[in-house]
Amino acid sequence: MTLRSWGRLPGDAAAYERWWAERAAALPELDGSLLAYGNGRSYGDVCLNGGATLLHTRGLDRFIAFDEASGVLRCEAGVLLSEILDVFVPRGWFLPVTPGTRFITVGGAIANDVHGKNHHGAGTFGCHVRRFELLRSDGSRRLCSPGENADWFAATIGGLGLTGLITWVEMELKRIAGVGMAIENYRFNGLDEFFSRNATAEASHEYTVAWIDCLAATPRGIFVAGDHAAAGDLADVPGKPGSLPLTLPPDWPFSLVNGASLRVFNQAYYHRPLPAQAVVHYEPFFYPLDAVAHWNRLYGRQAFYQYQFVLPMVARTALDDILRFIAASGQGSFLAVLKTFGHLTSPGLLSFPMPGVTLALDFPNRGAPTLALFERLDAMVGAAGGRLYAAKDARMSGEFFRRSTPRLSEFMPYIDPKFSSGFARRVLP
Amino acid sequence: MQRILIIGATSAIAEATARLWAARGDALFLVGRRADRLEVIAADLRVRGAAAVGSFVMDACDIPAHGAMLEAAELTIGGLDVALIAHGSLPDQKACQASVELTLREIDCNGLSVVALATLLGEKFETQGRGSLAVIGSVAGDRGRQSNYVYGAAKGMVGLFLQGLRNRLARKGVHVLTIKPGFVDTPMTAAFSKGALWAKPASIARGIVRAIDRKSDEVYLPGFWYLIMFIIRHIPERVFKRLSL
Repeated sequence: MTLRSWGRLPGDAAAYERWWAERAAALPELDGSLLAYGNGRSYGDVCLNGGATLLHTRGLDRFIAFDEASGVLRCEAGVLLSEILDVFVPRGWFLPVTPGTRFITVGGAIANDVHGKNHHGAGTFGCHVRRFELLRSDGSRRLCSPGENADWFAATIGGLGLTGLITWVEMELKRIAGVGMAIENYRFNGLDEFFSRNATAEASHEYTVAWIDCLAATPRGIFVAGDHAAAGDLADVPGKPGSLPLTLPPDWPFSLVNGASLRVFNQAYYHRPLPAQAVVHYEPFFYPLDAVAHWNRLYGRQAFYQYQFVLPMVARTALDDILRFIAASGQGSFLAVLKTFGHLTSPGLLSFPMPGVTLALDFPNRGAPTLALFERLDAMVGAAGGRLYAAKDARMSGEFFRRSTPRLSEFMPYIDPKFSSGFARRVLP
Repeated sequence: MQRILIIGATSAIAEATARLWAARGDALFLVGRRADRLEVIAADLRVRGAAAVGSFVMDACDIPAHGAMLEAAELTIGGLDVALIAHGSLPDQKACQASVELTLREIDCNGLSVVALATLLGEKFETQGRGSLAVIGSVAGDRGRQSNYVYGAAKGMVGLFLQGLRNRLARKGVHVLTIKPGFVDTPMTAAFSKGALWAKPASIARGIVRAIDRKSDEVYLPGFWYLIMFIIRHIPERVFKRLSL
């Protein structure tokens, strides 16, 4: 079986796959490079290693210790966020930060330094990691924390798996009263309204995010603010949606995503009945797409790109320009997600977020026109002082990456000589 | 809370099953060959909610050690309600054909050691008048095939032995379960390329816990193997001997 990343773009297959499930074991002796493969949910080639070895780490899925008093969890790096939720939500604990899918490993969450709807208050995943063990190809093991091997800690958080193999992780969970989320929805028209809503909401809500219709002439969308509900609200929470049998076969031949379907979808999504306030289960709030297994297959064999950038807040006008440009291109996607990042700095040298605003969009892969669009977008993002999210990227140029990654030269010495990835070979000096 | 003994606790199926029991708050006693792996799994099960987890290092083929192991289990978790026998190896059939010694060793590991443990546990449960003995057999034990008959013979022996034991203990309040998994994606089968018939250990584990809860006699996991093996068992030997299975 050829391992793919979530974008399902064709690429070089790994020549070898090895399973590695004992954290005390040595790394296998190999010719050529290796890379840890967690659950394959990054979109591009940060989790792929064409022509060389991928080390499957999902078998590294054991909990090690949990302190009921402080919420500090130690677990192996292949544990999925969903497995943490399954065990700890019933006991009143939640992830400190979670991205839009729960089917990622803890090691992957660190390597990509993922963020979520609470970035404005909580920073990235890496901000909540207390320490981890890093195994290098020379057999050395380092305990890394802000106080011990702090340089390795900083290089590995957001380090795209290139500094070695994370074997186990110690992180902080946070207290919740129950499974419910108290949410508020607003429709907004235009970015000014988004930013004013957002400024108010960030001050009083733990989670904020907006979906925008980037096909509309004026960007419009739905802004959602949420908080973990008090325990008393639980009676009203609709049951957990269960795992729906919604899925698509692996070789779905053609894309269901095209100009017509997008317009219809976005219209319907914008105008759907929307309660101003509600209490919902945390799963549809945090993970709406996880309910559809293999939603990435919607795009058919041609697959898709995701494009996520961040702009510093001062470059707000550039966001208007970029959105206008995407609308005019007619290539825009559904589920464009808009979110502001706060000022909490991640320890990670290559961490993606910066204070500002981030937009994530899917683009069906139409070949050259799609790639040409991205080049234009890169130029606008670059001129505004922004950057792209490596976990979502499959095509940015090395030149763009190097120019937009200010701490890259600090990071380079920490790369393990035996570790590599498709992304690394594409963009690193 | 149930008090559960698991022999072969580091096997992928056993570990997945133990996680489900741990989540229910059961007390577990893990038996396996490697102390370090048992300790890693025990810690995981404690975090997942097991009321207590003990462990014991033993090679299941070391039959004289079984008695001491059983005593330690009862002492550590305060008695026994369920025992799961899950150890085993997947022999290299070709190598077995060329070696009497290897063939007998594989039958020892997958067959005789299980018969020994089932005898001991059968007596124990009969004396206390209750208990569930669950044993992981295999669909391979339903019919001898050229590709896998040393393993199949050992598992077949276990299946017949358990039928007799079940028959004897049915009126004594003791439950005997034969579990027949099909192809399972585990380290034991890492060398095989996996198709649609392959199941994950976690799904086999759910079937095992359910079968013990319901006091089933015999289960195929996943269930469609019942149908496949029904057909395989009923092909006339005259025809079967010519098939490459």
